[in-house]
Amino acid sequence: MVNETLASISYNLVVSATAVYALALFAYVAEWAFGARSRVGRTVPALATAGGAGEAAGGPGSDAGVETPLPAGAPGNAAPVDRAERLGRIGVSLTVLACGLHLAGVLTRGLSVGRVPWGNMYEFVTAGTLVVVLVYLGLLRRFDARWLGLFVTMPVLLALGAAVTVLYVDAGQLMPALHSVWLVIHVAAAVIASGCFTIGAVLTLLYLGLDLRVRHGLGPAYIGARRLPDPDVIDRMAYRVFAFAFPIWTFAVIAGAIWAENAWGRYWGWDPKETWSFITWVVFAGYLHARVTAGWKGRAAAMIALVGIGCLLFNLFGVNIWIIGKHSYAKI
Amino acid sequence: MTTISSGRTAEAPPTDPDPVDRTPPRMPELGPLELLRWMWRQLTSMRVALILLFLLALAAVPGSVIPQTAQNPAAVRDFVAAHPAAAPWLDRLGLFNVFGSIWFAAIYLLLFVSLVGCFLPRSWQHAAALRARPPATPRNLARLPGYRKFETGAGPGPVVAAAGQELRRARFRVVVEPRTVRAEKGYLRETGNLLFHLAVLGLLVAFAAGKMYGFRGTALVVEGDGFTNTPTQYDALTPGRMLDPDRLSPFTLELSDFSARYLESGPQRGQPADFAAVVDYAPEPGTAMQTHRIRVNHPLEARGVKVFLGAHGYAPVVTVRDADGEIVFHGAVPFIRQEPTSLASGGVIKVPDAVPDQLGFDGFFLPTAAFDPKLGPISTFPAALNPRLVLTGWRGDLGMDAGIPQSVYRLDTRKLIQLRAGSDPAAGPWRTALAPGQRAELPGKLGSITFDGYREWVNLEIAKDPGRIPALVSAALALIGLLLSLSIRRRRVWVRASADEPGRTVVEIGALARTEAPGLDDEVDRLAARLRERLGVADNDVGATEKDLEAADTDPEVADRGLESAGTDFGVRDRD
Repeated sequence: MVNETLASISYNLVVSATAVYALALFAYVAEWAFGARSRVGRTVPALATAGGAGEAAGGPGSDAGVETPLPAGAPGNAAPVDRAERLGRIGVSLTVLACGLHLAGVLTRGLSVGRVPWGNMYEFVTAGTLVVVLVYLGLLRRFDARWLGLFVTMPVLLALGAAVTVLYVDAGQLMPALHSVWLVIHVAAAVIASGCFTIGAVLTLLYLGLDLRVRHGLGPAYIGARRLPDPDVIDRMAYRVFAFAFPIWTFAVIAGAIWAENAWGRYWGWDPKETWSFITWVVFAGYLHARVTAGWKGRAAAMIALVGIGCLLFNLFGVNIWIIGKHSYAKI
Repeated sequence: MTTISSGRTAEAPPTDPDPVDRTPPRMPELGPLELLRWMWRQLTSMRVALILLFLLALAAVPGSVIPQTAQNPAAVRDFVAAHPAAAPWLDRLGLFNVFGSIWFAAIYLLLFVSLVGCFLPRSWQHAAALRARPPATPRNLARLPGYRKFETGAGPGPVVAAAGQELRRARFRVVVEPRTVRAEKGYLRETGNLLFHLAVLGLLVAFAAGKMYGFRGTALVVEGDGFTNTPTQYDALTPGRMLDPDRLSPFTLELSDFSARYLESGPQRGQPADFAAVVDYAPEPGTAMQTHRIRVNHPLEARGVKVFLGAHGYAPVVTVRDADGEIVFHGAVPFIRQEPTSLASGGVIKVPDAVPDQLGFDGFFLPTAAFDPKLGPISTFPAALNPRLVLTGWRGDLGMDAGIPQSVYRLDTRKLIQLRAGSDPAAGPWRTALAPGQRAELPGKLGSITFDGYREWVNLEIAKDPGRIPALVSAALALIGLLLSLSIRRRRVWVRASADEPGRTVVEIGALARTEAPGLDDEVDRLAARLRERLGVADNDVGATEKDLEAADTDPEVADRGLESAGTDFGVRDRD
């Protein structure tokens, strides 16, 4: 029934992907570190050669207006900037490589058991993190969003690390209740929505951090030589991600209700998992309304989104671990 | 919904008159009507709607943490036993029935009143907006977020005609005037928004109606036995408030076979692989029987009633003879599973007709019996590979004649004496382990018990919910509305052609979106490019504005700025 060879290949692929994500994270951190040093180190030579764009250290009291983003390969770049740029590109390449391994790991897991690879929490987390990375790479294709790399690989690494150690269960067959086409539809939608919500959460946290920075007069933030977008640009990006994820989440809940009606005879029964998906839905509905309400948009709405993410994560981990309900077969 | 902040400060609530001072307040600021209006405005404001939304989310939390009577009555009993001090208070607050409690209902009903109060005026506004023409061209188009300007040799007439055609092709609503074009698009956003809120309302109504006119119940049925859909045949039945329990859909069914398959090897050995029940059923008395196979996720559906498989187990078939050798009991007795994975089941057999004393047995059914040195007899696999019936016996008065209903799964041992293995009072209790077909003689010549074999039983879960299709339709409409309202951007485009000098027309395009609209710039760019192409303007003749240059220089994200602050009234305003 279970192809053990494929299952162990899958596990090794996911572990390898985790390792490569760790390397990617190192590269992003190094980009940040070297770039930051370069900015200080470059000020004098850059001013001396009077070639490229002059840039003051972004400390308190520095004139933010003077600073301009330094495009890659601009003339007059000092060596550290090239190094930071190179490190950033290495980070992206490693992320792509890790994503490939990750995707192969998820696929082989599915092939090893002859079903969709999202039947338990280990599989849900590996598939969900894959969505997170794919959304990041998608954003990278459309925008210059490399600054997100650090903040995306960090939670992905944490989640995958937990998946391959604590959450891991051997590849196996599912309970009869899960033999349904709705497993494919309902859980796939939940995985995709969760992945998108995670990206939204990362953006929201970044927004709140940068907003705090701006309000303290600390000027724009940099990763390496690259300037991070303004807080409200990130806030709008977060909104777009949430506005994309919310209908998918709605669909996941509806699909779950249809399945529940087929399996248990009622489409809504306030099972803990249902209750928490309802709470998550209501909180994000609140977020969308707050975005268009005077006095709530901005920081207040961002905080609501974070509460929504908290509910989502509690539904995924807390409900499975601490609360017994009809979803209990989705074992850890 | 409407901007009420000004109204709210103008119509402040009346200050409480001093309770001691009986003289009426000098200037009553609000009459009762005004007070009502003030409250209505508060309720329908977005701020209060938001607070109600969060209250609803918060109120649902205890329902998932504290056991709920509707979901798990056994867990509630355990909880009450474990927390004797807190339980009565939790019960008084309705915390064991959160989703049926008054305060939970109060929150969602207020929320829905608020929703209706928002929905109705907004629908009228939208209906008016659908009939209205795009608004007049602002004087200064350069101040709009999306702005392009170029010059052409064509006269104003051809320019506005071409612009009108292009905008119509892009499915804008267009008004062409001699010197300007007014266009608007994206009305579906608000339509979707209204549809979503209406559908959510419909969902609530369908849910409530389904609860009121439907029913839910469970019935344990042993292989070979039948079931008729009447209240007495249920072990548990929850009829809707508006449903007459005597008028359930009158179907009958007979369980001819139940089978469970389990994984036989590997680390998941013993995990169920599949359940199936074969039933013969007649939708109404007198109609022909039809055969149906019920499986998990594949219920039987007859006239709106669905029959699902619930818990399952074994019913050992036994024959009991009394001291006279007469058969005083023969039948299948459902045993309740004690161990979900091995299906070791416990149960009792009551023989009220035995003489001289009534007899009772309690014990275990072990589907695949084994002997554990520490635990004694256990079951190692859920399928009946090596079934054993392990029993102890009792004699005396079963207490069944007292007229008090008693559990069929428990012996009332108050007036019973346990059978002993020998006549010596120090001897241990009598105990037997029977394989199918085996017979055990009872001590003291009281008779015998034969384990003839076993049948399987299944809990049929039977439910009718007339609200489920309306609920599904509502949910689908809500999703469609949501997608429309989140993906469509309402935007206006104006084109002005001014001919200040003969033979030279300045074409200005201005665009404004009501909500955040990424891509508005691209849309204006495309329109400008199409117009230039049609009017024969070379690409290098573009008079780019300062804003364009700035936007092109920075991150593309920076270029699409939020437009909420644009200041132009869009007819339909957001709630507060």
